[in-house]
Amino acid sequence: MNDRDPAAQDCGGPVKQVSVMPSIFPKWTNLLPLKLAVAVACLGGAATAGVWYYWTPKYSRVGYQPKQPVAFSHNIHADQLGIDCRYCHSAVERSWFSNIPASSTCMNCHSLLLKEDPKLALVRDSYTTGKSIPWVQLHRTPDFAYFNHSVHVNRGISCVHCHGQINHMEEVFHAKPLSMGFCLDCHRAPEEKIRPVDLVTQLDWAGAVDGKKLVNDWNVKPGQSCSTCHR
Amino acid sequence: MRYFFLFFFLSIAATLGITGFRGGYSTRTPLQVFNDMKNQAKLRPQTDSTFPGFADGVSSRPFPAGTVAQQVGYQDNTTWKNDPFNTGRDFSKGDIPNNFVEVNPVPITSELLKRGQDRYLIYCQPCHGAQADGNGITKKLGMSTVANLHDPRIIKMNDGEIFNTITYGKNTMMGYGGNVPVPDRWAIVAYLRAIQLSRLGSKDDVPAPVLEKLK
Repeated sequence: MNDRDPAAQDCGGPVKQVSVMPSIFPKWTNLLPLKLAVAVACLGGAATAGVWYYWTPKYSRVGYQPKQPVAFSHNIHADQLGIDCRYCHSAVERSWFSNIPASSTCMNCHSLLLKEDPKLALVRDSYTTGKSIPWVQLHRTPDFAYFNHSVHVNRGISCVHCHGQINHMEEVFHAKPLSMGFCLDCHRAPEEKIRPVDLVTQLDWAGAVDGKKLVNDWNVKPGQSCSTCHR
Repeated sequence: MRYFFLFFFLSIAATLGITGFRGGYSTRTPLQVFNDMKNQAKLRPQTDSTFPGFADGVSSRPFPAGTVAQQVGYQDNTTWKNDPFNTGRDFSKGDIPNNFVEVNPVPITSELLKRGQDRYLIYCQPCHGAQADGNGITKKLGMSTVANLHDPRIIKMNDGEIFNTITYGKNTMMGYGGNVPVPDRWAIVAYLRAIQLSRLGSKDDVPAPVLEKLK
């Protein structure tokens, strides 16, 4: 028998008061609150960081590059051949909506150039039958946001600011987040983006311009109230 | 605790491995967790439509036959047809194929010419070239039938006929009526006349003092 064992001592003889607290919690629990705090902090931090990093169009939309039914290259048409954006997207200056060209626009040239090319079979079919080419839309403002293309391109906001360097894309991908914060960044400081109107479709233009002067001269007052876009 | 950290860092690594980083390319449609009212039951342009009234299943509708859209030159309507501005034709000459108006019905201003230049460079330059001599980029690619717009045949054309050619096309050229609105077509006609004139000048057109300097 071990005399240092209080329980054993208690067993024999008259009642001898030994004040020993029964150990409800084992010793390893001493660090438990700290460990729990660390674990919760880690999990909470990771969840916050995850939401901050992933739950945003910067992650969910940027880089979206759907497979298109016809392998149209903006790089060839806009950059190498130097065709203006508005040759195809001809309504962009007049409409809130920048149109996908009708297949007859493609056939302006492709009725003569590459007229047997199998890659263009869908375009020729569409032109003869009138059935639309099922292009996949990748830039799409939500239905509750009323974005107007014409007002932007007619006031010196270039295609490149929202669509990126489309003229160098073989396949178009979503280059900018187009989130509400993205819109507001520019609406709060239009002088950083504004450029002369005739340079709007020059996507590679990198010259300097007095933006404050253009904003003032054209009386550009991009609204920041809710009803500017949500109406 | 070490198991927790092992699990924790493994799951972070797994998340990064599966979801990747911002800006990575993906062909998958972006996930929308809360649809909110992003996709409403309304038709957007150039989309599919299941509305039974639209037999072709397309949301963008063509003009119904015989209607005139406000502020859009609609070519085949009787009322609009009588205005040479809309058709490039003068029906007082009779309903004949060659009843084109001789002179641009739009007053020629420097703004009109600027607009014409702007539009010409967008829609005509790819084939006819910036100088209008038919040496656009498409000629290098093998489009051999592009007209040289300095050709006497075209110089002698009535303005209305050039307008009509822009609208409906001619020979291998297809119509641009759908892409270029009526006023812009007249601006292009005006600008084309200016380019043509640039090669029709003679020594006599140069003012005497300038001519002296050139000698």
